[in-house]
Amino acid sequence: MDVLFALLAGLLTAAAVWLLLDRSLVRVLFGLALLGNAANLAIFAAGRLTAGKPPLVPEGMTAPVGEVANALPQALILTAIVISFGLFAFALALVHRAHKDLGTADVDALAEAEGKR
Amino acid sequence: MSAAVLLTLPLALPFLGAVVAFFAGRFAGPGAGRWASVLTCAAMVVASGLLMAAVWRDGVLAVQMGGWIAPFGITLVADVLAAVMVVITAVSGLAVAVYACADIDRARERLGWHALYLVLLAGVTGAFLTGDLFNLYVWFEVMLIASFCLLVIGGDREQLDGGLRYVFLNLVATVMFLVAVGLLYGLTGTLNMADLHGALKTVEAPALVTTIAILFVGAFGIKAAVFPLFFWLPASYHTPPVAVSAIFAALLTKVGVYALIRLFTLVFTQDVDYTHGLLLVIAGLTMVTGVLGAAAQTQMRKILSFHIISQIGYMVMGLALFTPLALLGAVFYLVHHIIVKANLFLVSGVAKRLTGSFELERIGGLYRAKPWLAVLFLVPALSLAGIPPLSGFWAKLVLVQASLEVESWAIAATALVVGLLTIFSMSKIWLEAFWKPHPDGDAAVVSLTRSETVLLVAPVVVLAAITVVIGLVPQPFLDLAARSAAELLSPEAYVRTVLGGVP
Repeated sequence: MDVLFALLAGLLTAAAVWLLLDRSLVRVLFGLALLGNAANLAIFAAGRLTAGKPPLVPEGMTAPVGEVANALPQALILTAIVISFGLFAFALALVHRAHKDLGTADVDALAEAEGKR
Repeated sequence: MSAAVLLTLPLALPFLGAVVAFFAGRFAGPGAGRWASVLTCAAMVVASGLLMAAVWRDGVLAVQMGGWIAPFGITLVADVLAAVMVVITAVSGLAVAVYACADIDRARERLGWHALYLVLLAGVTGAFLTGDLFNLYVWFEVMLIASFCLLVIGGDREQLDGGLRYVFLNLVATVMFLVAVGLLYGLTGTLNMADLHGALKTVEAPALVTTIAILFVGAFGIKAAVFPLFFWLPASYHTPPVAVSAIFAALLTKVGVYALIRLFTLVFTQDVDYTHGLLLVIAGLTMVTGVLGAAAQTQMRKILSFHIISQIGYMVMGLALFTPLALLGAVFYLVHHIIVKANLFLVSGVAKRLTGSFELERIGGLYRAKPWLAVLFLVPALSLAGIPPLSGFWAKLVLVQASLEVESWAIAATALVVGLLTIFSMSKIWLEAFWKPHPDGDAAVVSLTRSETVLLVAPVVVLAAITVVIGLVPQPFLDLAARSAAELLSPEAYVRTVLGGVP
């Protein structure tokens, strides 16, 4: 299971890097989304995977009994997902606006701020 | 006042102020929004001053949020370094907030510029005060989203392009930070920095710890704009309004440097030879590439942007040498640099108002028309280059002395040569903008209205005065930095205060 997660995170990262290196901003954007997901998977796997044992406290007790899944990585990932969703929405709006105003979503054509090449 | 109030006030004030500034600006006119922003910043200066005084008196302060004891809850903690950074954030924040009253146009104000500005300050302050690594990530995000908005708000074409570069590279850095946090948690089972200090000593796989440490160097290196990860900075910092450039230049990269200093004194000290050795190489290359980049530029704000990079090198150098004197230098440099850099950007903005451009070829005549501005430029410019008796001289002196002490001749020589090249850049601005006549004749230099003069020049005067005071009376500031360096090198008090349970 751990190996599967590790491979998947690696695969996603590789795909993300490939997309991030593209000239088209839309692809770069997708690359970012994939990269964020790869990070989430990595955190999830790093927190140890425990299948089928939800971290629930039985009635009348104050702590879960026996071995249960680690809830903290899930909390971290949930936070990270919310944040990256917000940032992704912002980046998407920015790319859209840039495309509308500058007439292109091609990185090389966006050299305006760097001065005329 | 209790530690809880002292530590939360510098954070709560800007958030509260942001809400007030937004609604006041919307419903009671732009003037009300400006007042809310300036008054909030003034209150932050007071609150952070109280925090500084308490930390100086009682040592490290910590409070567990929500009453969850460390390492399970989120801890807010202030040692001398954190308190100093919070104070300097508030001071530069106030200066830029006043400047912004005359610099930011109505359209941007209507979009909530002042509210975003205060959220940015809140994010920066939070990053300085948190004692938890994941919480640090969250504060970075608060800071980032506010900075994204400030950078592109108003939406000039140039701003959009600069914004895209800034946004994408910073998002990549954020993901790197997140992965490093996740892996570190997997290795140790904790994210409280004081707890990590102890936990990493018992980890069986030191090579893995070093790998994670380098991931953090990458993540914070992008934020701090060190070699070779700085390209987003000169591509974006010259595009937004001057007030935005100034506060970015003053604070954002320094948050990265602060995070590096915190992690590489408190958490990652297992393999100092390798990690800090790498940081030293990075520091040297950062200094050199930054200053050479600046030499090739002809636009005022681009020159200043490249100088941010070269100056970051000095601070990282102080961390990398990892001796008491070197860390003292790094802390002193942080304080000095925030004041000076904000001031230089503000001066460049005034110069642009008076002459009509940031391009050095197209401006001039400022010395004859406005000799007072020439003086106000020279103070931070010479301080940046390290001319006595200004603040930059002491900062560089301490760092060079520290490098000679451990016989790192190469980095000492680099620091000195980069200082010389800094003078070259500053004298280029001096010659072009101030000394030579304006290409369109001296009449092309306009004058400011009285209210503009007060709002734009007062912050510059105050920041220049601070630079001169630090330069003439360096001892109290050196004492402060020395105590901070001592705390960083032996973090027992920090660890004990954080993990001591609920006070």
